Amino acid sequence: MQFLQPATWSEALAMKAANPEATPIAGGTDVMVEINLDHRRPTSILDLTRIRELGEWGPVDGMLRIGAGVTYTRLIDELGDRLPGLAMASRTVGSPQIRNRGTVGGNLGTASPAGDALPPLLASDAWVELASKAGTRHVSVREFFTGPKRNAMRKDELIAAFLVQPAPGPQQFSKVGTRNAMVIAVCSFALSIDPGHRRVGTGIGSAGPTPLRAVAAENFIQGELDWEGRRPVSGATLNRFGKLVAEAAKPIDDVRGTAAYRRHALAVLARRCLSWAWGAA
Amino acid sequence: MGVGGGMKVSCVVNGKARAVDGVWEGESLLYMLRERFGLYGSKNACEQGECGSCSVYLDGTLVCACLVQAGQANGRSVVTVEGLDGGTVQQAFVEAGAVQCGFCTPGLVVAAHDLLERMPHPTDAQIREALAGNICRCTGYAKILDAVHRAAGSG
Repeated sequence: MQFLQPATWSEALAMKAANPEATPIAGGTDVMVEINLDHRRPTSILDLTRIRELGEWGPVDGMLRIGAGVTYTRLIDELGDRLPGLAMASRTVGSPQIRNRGTVGGNLGTASPAGDALPPLLASDAWVELASKAGTRHVSVREFFTGPKRNAMRKDELIAAFLVQPAPGPQQFSKVGTRNAMVIAVCSFALSIDPGHRRVGTGIGSAGPTPLRAVAAENFIQGELDWEGRRPVSGATLNRFGKLVAEAAKPIDDVRGTAAYRRHALAVLARRCLSWAWGAA
Repeated sequence: MGVGGGMKVSCVVNGKARAVDGVWEGESLLYMLRERFGLYGSKNACEQGECGSCSVYLDGTLVCACLVQAGQANGRSVVTVEGLDGGTVQQAFVEAGAVQCGFCTPGLVVAAHDLLERMPHPTDAQIREALAGNICRCTGYAKILDAVHRAAGSG
């Protein structure tokens, strides 16, 4: 095994170009588990923790550009007011020890359907900034996940950052698990409401080969919400929304839960998130 | 760096400069602390960040040493349970009877120490949240809560 430790971003991109099989590591909360348990033995590891830019964030053209190495703890502390949905999801990640190390960049790189940060990124239509020696490109998070633990990255690319709009309105996130910490989601749901544009975004976690949007549910609820008068959502509308979210999921039976349970729970989470968020709109 | 066949890692552990050669590139900070530096306070259990028994500070941040690749600690400062200042938390664990088999205790002591640094007088809910990543399979959690309150009172 080879250990590569670039000091700068350009050095990191050059190393990745020269070693396309190198496994990037940041907080190690995925990569080290695989090595410790001997599930995988990378030929080389590319340590990204020395690269200052990856830990930086700031506004870019009305969006927030957040370095791939910003930890969940920092997201909660520094960006919780601007990205409440992502912060809620971040609070459900692991434990303090894990949140101190884990990063959204890692969640995107691993591309597990259970990545807690991913449904909120889908709901708020975020973009992933990928970089290589050949240049930089932006991929919509809605097109980023191509299969279970697979994403749209080329082998010479690294995740530089993600870009997301500061919350334009209420956001919610909810997750089902066996306890309140250290839980891989049985299923999760994220919601973002943009009252200015009368749009609703959704994200489903742990109930399909990739994180998913519930497009039909979004279209339905955008037409149903009383954007002018802000009347509460009727029970029938909530149920229909929940049903459409459940139908958008593609769950399987596994050790954490059955497909039927996941669909049922998603309908409940969707109804709850919508009524909490709309109550705050 | 970059050459296979073992690497050199230098870091400061509990205030003392340490250097070691021939470290395997896939090795964890936990393995290095225990097997190369002889610091057995940090316990090796789940090796996947689930149990918190290997909790240490890395540059002042609470982490699971099993998830830090050894080379990532190069040039950094590590504080293990052996190097914690004061001993207030340890004493509180003893006085509250928060130790049963003792295996989880070092990790809990470090995590509780980190909590009290950030929050000198935590509530029950804050303690539960902060220690959620540390598992005690003797399930002696009530006494652990007592111990943290006791440490907060004497701190």
